Amino acid sequence: MKKLINRPDDVVREELAGVALAHAGRLVVHTDPHWIARADAPVAGKVALVSGGGSGHEPMHGGFVGPGMLDAACPGEVFTSPTPDQMLAATRAVDGGAGVLHIVKNYTGDVMNFEMAADLARDEGLQVEQVVIADDVAVEDSLYTAGRRGVGATVLAEKICGAAAEEGRPLAAVAGLCRTVDERSRSMGVALTSCTVPAAGRPTFELGEDEMEVGIGIHGEPGRERRPLASATEIVETLATAVVADLPFRAGDEVLAFVNGMGATPLMELYVVYAALHRFLEESGIAITRSLVGSYMTSLDMAGCSVTLLRLDDELTRLWDAPVDTPGLRWGA
Amino acid sequence: MSAAPGAAGPASGAARDLVDAAAVAAWLRAYAAAVAERRDELTELDAAIGDADHGVNMDRGMRAVVARLAAAGGEGPAQEGPHGGGPDEAATPPPLGPLLKTAGMTLVSTVGGAAGPLYGTFFLEMGKAAGERTALTATEWAEAVAAGVAGVQMRGRAETGDKTMVDALLPAAVALGAAAARGSAPAAATREAARVAAEGMRATIPLVARKGRASYLGQRSAGHQDPGATSSWLLLEAAARALEACGAAHAPQDEPMPAADDPV
Repeated sequence: MKKLINRPDDVVREELAGVALAHAGRLVVHTDPHWIARADAPVAGKVALVSGGGSGHEPMHGGFVGPGMLDAACPGEVFTSPTPDQMLAATRAVDGGAGVLHIVKNYTGDVMNFEMAADLARDEGLQVEQVVIADDVAVEDSLYTAGRRGVGATVLAEKICGAAAEEGRPLAAVAGLCRTVDERSRSMGVALTSCTVPAAGRPTFELGEDEMEVGIGIHGEPGRERRPLASATEIVETLATAVVADLPFRAGDEVLAFVNGMGATPLMELYVVYAALHRFLEESGIAITRSLVGSYMTSLDMAGCSVTLLRLDDELTRLWDAPVDTPGLRWGA
Repeated sequence: MSAAPGAAGPASGAARDLVDAAAVAAWLRAYAAAVAERRDELTELDAAIGDADHGVNMDRGMRAVVARLAAAGGEGPAQEGPHGGGPDEAATPPPLGPLLKTAGMTLVSTVGGAAGPLYGTFFLEMGKAAGERTALTATEWAEAVAAGVAGVQMRGRAETGDKTMVDALLPAAVALGAAAARGSAPAAATREAARVAAEGMRATIPLVARKGRASYLGQRSAGHQDPGATSSWLLLEAAARALEACGAAHAPQDEPMPAADDPV
């Protein structure tokens, strides 16, 4: 394992120290328990957005804290969900009197810890709504599994709902919008290499030099199948075919196309992927009217990418375009 | 073992037919010791079908619970030692609800993953059921455990056969209630529950996981014993041992948990 760390056990704590120093004045990093808040929280009268999850997916979620996006984020240990005391502390502190929306990725641990936090917060009289994001088409959605994982759509939901909250919309409306984003988004990813969790010290799984894992999760969980490595164009066809067929996206749709890097894939390759995706969708009569290309929801040092499509309408487009001012996503501000 | 009338000394914190705070504290310590001893084993079971952190996470959580117990015990004589001393004339026996809730909240804030909320909810719901009572009869003890198991099911939305903690816990809670209804003392009833939990744990081996991270594996999850069911069996086994020790005239100190040829 070659990593820029001091001690594996200190990675998250030292990372948060760095975040606090690098973004002083914009973010406040709390310890014991860990949570990150925008410096001007609570914003009176505004619905507050709180998210969180295991560390190792940066810039998600801490990098999306700021005006126009999240009010607070709760980082867990590497690939481990945060605990309810973190979400409870964050929820109490950022509540501006209009209630708090928890945006939760559909992983068993995340869902349970957030549900517990919501129970505890409601016991204290706080108004909390939760929306679980589950957009990964690689996982069969049935009553007999933990269900689809929450992946790329989480970033889009946090941005769009953040904008809606800034407009002063009530909690039920922001939560409803979050569900709309979840319902209209689909994603799928591919891994070219494994990732290495610092505490484990070795790759989470073995993948041959000429292999790829299609349908990977963001923690190195298995996907749909292992296949021989293919060209970028062929990989995009595989991912986009599954994504488009699932919603389904149809000719005439306008979409936001999000090509996300898993951590170790250069932006150069992500743009190669984006070009292939653009061609693929064009041939299907689907128009990309907004795009996002970069590493926003990573899996430590995994190489690979995910493709997310969101079917847009005028309202979602306007909220996407609204100003955002966070370390990870910034425009119009 | 059956309860011999009059065997429990009047100064004992745990009469044989009652479960009091000293017995619950002894249970928590026994569970912490069992988890520490089997930490790597639990993690290896988790590596096969999960994310290889169950033993480490539970060990961290139960160490924190024991530390919390020790801190609380330092403030008053009533909590001193698992079953020694007992309350002096000045101290009222501590209620069970707050003790169990403290254990639950400690697990919730230290374990993480899915096991934190699940085991945390188990103790929180047990604590709610026990309330301000300072000692539980066998029936009340069984009801409290059943409330804890119902909490786990509510939190995890799991049924038996899903290859989870519930496969060990639910039949054990049923067996505990049945034994208590037949008039068994808490220790004997809990011994029966632990035996049933072990059966439930072993029965997870051929199952295909339908909840949690293991469910992503589909058929590939069959053939592996569920790590959550394993730590749940340990929970019942620790309870049986603690109650047996509290009921005995001379409790064995630091007796190890079952050896590796026992069911794991």
